[in-house]
Amino acid sequence: MSVDGSTGLARASVAELARLLAAKEVSAVDLATLFLGRIDAHRDLNAFLDVRPEATLAQARDADRRRAAGETGPLLGVPLAHKDIFVTRDWASTAASRMLKGYMSPFDATVVEQLAAAGMVCLGKVNCDEFAMGSSNENSAYGPVLNPWDKGAVPGGSSGGSSAAVAARIAPVATATDTGGSIREPAAFTGITGTKPTYGRPSRWGMIAFASSLDTAGLMTVSAEDAAIVLSAMMGFDPRDSTSVDRPPEDCTRDLQRPVKGLRIGVPKEFFGPGLSPDVEQSVRAALDVYRGLGAELVEISLPNAALGIPVYYVVAPAECSSNLSRFDGVRYGHRASEYRDLEDMISRSRAEGLGPEPKRRILIGTYVLSHGYYDAYYLKAQQVRRLIADEFRRAFETCDVIAGPVTSTVAFGFGEKAADPVSMYLADLYTVPGSLAGIPSMSIPCGFGDKGRPVGLQLMADYFQEARMLGAAHQYQLATDWHRQVPAGF
Amino acid sequence: MPLEIDDVARMAQLARIRISDDEASRTLAQLNDIFAMIEQMRAVDTEGIEPMNHPLGGHQRLREDLVTEHDRREAAMRNAPEHQDGLFLVPRVIE
Amino acid sequence: MANPNWEVVIGLETHAQLSTQSKIFSGAPTAFGAEPNSQASLVDLALPGVLPVLNRGAVERAIRFGLSVGATVNRRSIFARKNYFYPDLPKGYQISQYEIPVVSGGGLTIDVGGVEKYVRLTRAHLEEDAGKSLHEDFHGMSGIDLNRAGTPLLEIVSEPDMRSSAEAVAYAKKLHELVQWIGICDGNMQEGSFRCDANVSVRRRGTETFGTRCEIKNLNSFRFLEQAIEYEVERQIELIEGGGRVVQETRLFDPDRVETRTMRSKEDAQDYRYFPDPDLLPLVIDDAWIDRVRAEMPALPEAQRARLVEVHGLSVQDAQALTASRATVDYFEAMLAALPGEAKLCANWLMGELSARLNREQVDLARAPIDAPQLAALLRRITDGTLSGKMAKDVFDAMWNGEGTADAVIAARGLAQISDAGAIAAIVDEVIAANPKSVEEFRAGKDKAFNALVGQVMKASKGKANPQQVTDLLRARLG
Repeated sequence: MSVDGSTGLARASVAELARLLAAKEVSAVDLATLFLGRIDAHRDLNAFLDVRPEATLAQARDADRRRAAGETGPLLGVPLAHKDIFVTRDWASTAASRMLKGYMSPFDATVVEQLAAAGMVCLGKVNCDEFAMGSSNENSAYGPVLNPWDKGAVPGGSSGGSSAAVAARIAPVATATDTGGSIREPAAFTGITGTKPTYGRPSRWGMIAFASSLDTAGLMTVSAEDAAIVLSAMMGFDPRDSTSVDRPPEDCTRDLQRPVKGLRIGVPKEFFGPGLSPDVEQSVRAALDVYRGLGAELVEISLPNAALGIPVYYVVAPAECSSNLSRFDGVRYGHRASEYRDLEDMISRSRAEGLGPEPKRRILIGTYVLSHGYYDAYYLKAQQVRRLIADEFRRAFETCDVIAGPVTSTVAFGFGEKAADPVSMYLADLYTVPGSLAGIPSMSIPCGFGDKGRPVGLQLMADYFQEARMLGAAHQYQLATDWHRQVPAGF
Repeated sequence: MPLEIDDVARMAQLARIRISDDEASRTLAQLNDIFAMIEQMRAVDTEGIEPMNHPLGGHQRLREDLVTEHDRREAAMRNAPEHQDGLFLVPRVIE
Repeated sequence: MANPNWEVVIGLETHAQLSTQSKIFSGAPTAFGAEPNSQASLVDLALPGVLPVLNRGAVERAIRFGLSVGATVNRRSIFARKNYFYPDLPKGYQISQYEIPVVSGGGLTIDVGGVEKYVRLTRAHLEEDAGKSLHEDFHGMSGIDLNRAGTPLLEIVSEPDMRSSAEAVAYAKKLHELVQWIGICDGNMQEGSFRCDANVSVRRRGTETFGTRCEIKNLNSFRFLEQAIEYEVERQIELIEGGGRVVQETRLFDPDRVETRTMRSKEDAQDYRYFPDPDLLPLVIDDAWIDRVRAEMPALPEAQRARLVEVHGLSVQDAQALTASRATVDYFEAMLAALPGEAKLCANWLMGELSARLNREQVDLARAPIDAPQLAALLRRITDGTLSGKMAKDVFDAMWNGEGTADAVIAARGLAQISDAGAIAAIVDEVIAANPKSVEEFRAGKDKAFNALVGQVMKASKGKANPQQVTDLLRARLG
């Protein structure tokens, strides 16, 4: 393979790789070798936390054997990276926390299992914010990930390793998780397609929990078409997750070719307020014009309570996280302090040493809002306002098929710009949190470049279980534009 | 109503996170910023609104009463900080 | 005896371990006594990424309990997390039910010294048990065994309706009988399957408000329950009378010293930060399920006792003895089904010969070598005159020793009673002819002589002559 050839291969979409694999023009081992090489060549991005070439190549050989034995399937032999929130048997599972340094899970997450069953080959585990808490990937205990478009900018978070890996084409696909925007915001910051399906569709079994009623597995891909192909393989019902939706498996590619002519696109006026920076607004409005040009109908809608999403989220998510992270006590696994006075001191020191500042901050917030005398004023109240927000979406979807707007108010910010001020960091999720609270599918697709040449994302949201419709609308946009084909210089 | 340093200490104690006085005062300022931001939510009238504990509603699925899991002790001990005779060891538990 | 100035107020919280095969939220087995941590699944160990799924069997048992105490089985109940740190609590929270439990209300009628009293129940909720800390010395450390973690429990909470340790013990015993009777708990107190926490307070007689209460944890025998309450009542009265004040706290009972001592006071009491568990959806129980459980429920002890007295004409004492356990009354019912109309005979044999034998040989009724139809078949040979009571006992021994059914033993030993009037008459005549002296004495009014003659007839028949017929014939011949 020539260098040009391999670069071309690295830039191929999943759909293109599937065609090449099916035609036996390339093997799974070839692809695994190619991407392992690229991962190694771009170690400075700090996108990967654990790479074990022997394990990857063993899976690739197995995929090739399966194909030789007559098996087909669009994902057989396609490489991917897993966010280090999914537990894996063959790679360490750390949630980017010192607490779980070197932790080897005795089982694979359902999503990992399902994609392996489809023949995907795991390249390793990618970095993220510790326990998926953050919007810049600066909260990883193993160092920040760099944005391939601008190494002085953050790749977004929490799925910053996933977004950087796909943007740099050192992995064609990466799994990710979204609790308040952790897929869409990094996808927007790195100019790729990030998809969060309906809450409860991908299983949470084996996802290290942050906020159980919000955590949703999803994908970072080069295109909406790729997202549709891979998502179809990871949304099966899982009896091990009580919140898994018992629906038959769905072909998310079914609406890809459906024209958007007549599609009613709701545009929430509150998403275009004074907080939105002009460069982002310009690209988003241009994208809406593209849709109009394709025959879609733009409908102004109102989501007045969406602005309360951030305060609601910063009650609900910390409350759940304060409880979910209690299991990290240094008793059965994870970090244990080397010096302590007694049992309680051992647990308190292990947690103080093992957990980083952001998880600690959220645990303290969560502990407070659940504590005696404050529960009604905070937690209960937040869950009630959450319903108001969800009801607003429900009403909105009576007048439109998808909702479109910005993902973030600005393009990717620089390292350290917001790290000292948690509230300004939290506001980075202003437009993504409402969809998470409601549990509806939503995604980010690249729609241009803003200040300093950094990418801008367009957010699409759809009603519950309408991911195929949403992906179709995204794909039609990507047929008409080539923002998703842009690759940062040097990759 | 702003939090006080004792609130931070009490939360840290409940959450079993050892925290120095220094850290506590820094955290206090951050938490108060966050709670000031949260405050706007509390003004909303939510009289009679059912809290949304789950995005999708529905009810709990039940598992048949069958033994489906078998001994995983060896795997469990592999990640244990300290163990002996199949037990996780911890500093003496005083009841 | 009751203190004239002070009234005792007691409420009990009882943890009954539900007799499921697998744990409440995982597929790990619940068997007692396995190697440490060999029955702790990924879920029980609270590994990163695991999730709970509720066991139908645990819910079904909770429904059964609700129906048995006349409570409301809530159509919708919520699982909540109770957050606290303890090394034997792997997740750092216990999954329990808080605001809406599976069972609300109901009550139990207890009997103390012939006086009946209704004790109201507040609620019963499902929850998971914690693991165990072992304090044997591991170089100054403790060992954590999570086999018990995730075992299903039903926590049954009474209202503070009891006014003495005797009432508390009567309530606990009644509840203990009930949970075994309806088959939801094995009742094994040594293994911790049934344990009580007692909330105890005292107040001056005539006052309305409750005194400050103390909770005594983990009482796993009725004797400890009684002793702990007695001690605690004394302590509280002495404290108040001495000018002190009861502090709300959790106390532990020390059975060796027969006293309670402080475990933790209200001041450092936990703030459990309950909230609905986001990993579990609301538990919904529909009417059809409740109806199905109701249809499969055994009659409760009171109802059974009433039926035994009213329908089968047994004494209250017999009814009481036969309803000591489900197994006993089931055995009795099975005997009676095979031998209708002979309730008294069945009861006598079950409570007499069989019980004595089981006791002597330390065998469980369920494992008795003679089952109910077999024992009934033996009794039939008494009612039809084939065997005398005495002969039947010999046959019973043979059956116990595995010599076969009653009829097989009778045939093999040639034990059938002689009830043929002609055959007996022939023997009677022989005996009269051979014992003129006794005949003489009888006619002279000596009853003893008659008995001697009966004995001679029985001896001549090798014990097989029907004793009643022998007596009747002798009287006829001599009279």
